[in-house]
Amino acid sequence: MIKLEKINMIFGEGTPDRNHVLRDVDLQINKGDFITIIGSNGAGKTTLFNVVSGNKRPSSGKVIVNNKDVTNHPEYKRAKYIGRIFQDPLLGTAGNMSISDNMLVAGNKGFKGLKISLNRKKREYFREQLKYLDIELENRMSDNVGMLSGGQRQALTLLMMSLSRPELVLLDEHTAALDPRNASKVMELTDKFIDEYGFTVMMITHNMQHAIDNGNRLLMMDEGRIILDISGEEKNSMTVESLIKKFHDIRNKDFATDKTLLS
Amino acid sequence: MIEGIIVEGLIYGIMALGVFLSFRVLDFPDLSVDGTFPLGAAVMAICLTGGMNMGLALLVSFTAGFIAGGITAVIHNKLGVPSLLAGILTMTMLWSINIRVLGSRANLPLLRTETILTSIRTLGEATIGETAALLIFFVIVVLIIKLLLDLFFHTDLGLTMGAMGDNEQMIISQGVNPEMVKIIGVGLSNGLVAISGAFAAQYQGFADVNLGQGIVVSGLAMVMLGEFLFSSNRIGLLTLRVILGAILYKAIMFFGRYYGYYINLTPNDLKLLTGLLIILSLILTKYRSKSLKFRRPAND
Ligand SMILES: Nc1ncnc2c1ncn2[C@@H]1O[C@H](COP(=O)(O)OP(=O)(O)OP(=O)(O)O)[C@@H](O)[C@H]1O
Ligand SMILES: [Mg+2]
Repeated sequence: MIKLEKINMIFGEGTPDRNHVLRDVDLQINKGDFITIIGSNGAGKTTLFNVVSGNKRPSSGKVIVNNKDVTNHPEYKRAKYIGRIFQDPLLGTAGNMSISDNMLVAGNKGFKGLKISLNRKKREYFREQLKYLDIELENRMSDNVGMLSGGQRQALTLLMMSLSRPELVLLDEHTAALDPRNASKVMELTDKFIDEYGFTVMMITHNMQHAIDNGNRLLMMDEGRIILDISGEEKNSMTVESLIKKFHDIRNKDFATDKTLLS
Repeated sequence: MIEGIIVEGLIYGIMALGVFLSFRVLDFPDLSVDGTFPLGAAVMAICLTGGMNMGLALLVSFTAGFIAGGITAVIHNKLGVPSLLAGILTMTMLWSINIRVLGSRANLPLLRTETILTSIRTLGEATIGETAALLIFFVIVVLIIKLLLDLFFHTDLGLTMGAMGDNEQMIISQGVNPEMVKIIGVGLSNGLVAISGAFAAQYQGFADVNLGQGIVVSGLAMVMLGEFLFSSNRIGLLTLRVILGAILYKAIMFFGRYYGYYINLTPNDLKLLTGLLIILSLILTKYRSKSLKFRRPAND
C-alpha cells in the first residue's frame, strides 16, 4: 500500500553540521499492518514519520502511496489519508476552541467553505463519539480544549483523527508525555480504535515491552537504518532481553537510550 | 460632540475589526493596514468623483483592500518572510500605488462630490438632523458588518481560521492548506480596513495618502482597550468589545486633543499617547491572571 524507496535524509548538507539521518531506507507497509518501531534516541524514527507524512521532503528516494509517487505532495494533501498523532498533546487540537468546534474542523478533511455545519444532528453524532472514549467529555462539549488534561486532550486527538478514517495512522510516542495512568488509558483507546476500524498503523515507542506486545510487525532503527524487521512467530516469541541481545549481535554495540532499559 | 466621538469610533471600529482578525484570530501581525486604509479612501474617492454607483464604489474599495492583504499573505507564504516584514513591504508599495490611484496626487478633495454621507446628511437635514442621521447610519452599517463577521466565524472556514491562529499544525493535519487560509483571512482583514478608509474619506471630505500613517497602531490600541472592558469567549462579544474599544479610544484621543493643553499636550503628542496606551495595556495584561488572547466561542 505504502512504499518507501531508498529514502535518504541529510540535514545541513554542505555545512560542518551535515547530518545523515536516514540511510537508504526501504520499507513496504501493507494494508492492515500494525508496525511498532523502536530505536535509540536520534535513530531517525521521527524523521521517518516526517518523510512519510510529507512534513519533510527526503534528500533522495521516493514515497509511493497506492502506486502513486507522492514524494513532492505537501503535508496538508497527504493528511487526507494519513493521520498523525504527536508526542505533544497540544499539537493535535486547538486549545482556544471548544471540543465540538475542534471535532467539526476535524470532521471532513480538506478545504473548508462557508457552510455552517454544526447543527443538532452533528452535535448528537459528536456526543456519541465522545461517549465512546468513556472519559466523560460528552458533557463538556462547549468547554475550550485548553481546559482539558494532557491525557484527555490526547484521547480527543485520537478520536478526531479516527473521524476521517485515514488509510495510515502514525503514532509518535503519543503516550510518552502522559502520566502512567493516562498513558495506559490512551494506549487502551488506541488499541480499541485500531481493532474497531482496522487501521494500518505505525507506532514509535520507547517501551520495548509495548513494541513486542502490540502489532504484527516490529522494526528496530539505528543510525538512520532499519536494522531489524520481524513479524509473525518471530516477533511474538521476542522478549525485551532477546531484543536487546539481537541489537547487540547486529550492531556489535549496546542498545543505548536513556528511556528504554527499565520500561 | 459625543455623537461625533461615537461616529468616528464606529468608522475606525471597522478598521479595528480588521486588525482584530489579523492580530488576534489569525495570529498574523499585519502592518499592511497603514497602506490599505488610505487605499480604501483613495479608491472610494476616485470612484465617486468618477460618478460610480456608491454601493459599487464601496465594493471596489473592499476588493482593493482584500487583494492588497492577499498579496501580503502571498509574500509571507511564498518567500517565507515574517508577516511583519511582508506587511511593511505591502504598506510601502501601497504609498506609491495610492498616489497613482488618486491620479498622481497625494490628496483629493470630495467637497463638491456626492457621497454616501452627503446623501445621509441631506436626508437628515430634512428630518432628524444631520448628526443623528449620521449616527444612526453608522450604527446600522457597523452592526451589519459585525453580524456578518460573527456569522463568518461560525462557518467551517471561520472556525478553521480560529484554529489556525492557535495551532497551525492542527489544520495541516486536517488537510487544510494554511497558505490559503492566510490569504483569505488577511485579505478579509484588509478589505474591512479599506471600507473603514472609504468611510473616513467621505466623513472628512477628502482622501489623502497619508491618512493611514500609524493607523495600525491605533487599531491595535482599540483592540486592546476593548479587551479591558470585559472578557468572554463568545465571538459576538469579542467583536462587540472591539467596537466599544474603538469608541473609547476615540474618546480618549478627543480629550487628549481638547483638554491636553492644560498639561501642555499638542495634537502632535497624540501618537505618543497612543503608544503609551498600548504599553499600559501590555503591562496590565501581564499582571492579569486570565489570558486575553482570542478565545473561540462555544457554538451553542
Ligand atoms: N529539522 C531538522 N534539522 C536538523 N537536524 C534534524 C532535524 N530533525 C531532526 N534532526 C536530526 O536528525 C536526527 C534524528 O532525529 P529524530 O528526531 O528523527 O530521532 P528519533 O529517532 O525520533 O529520536 P527520539 O527517540 O529522541 O525521538 C537527530 O540527530 C536530529 O538532531
Ligand atoms: Mg522522535
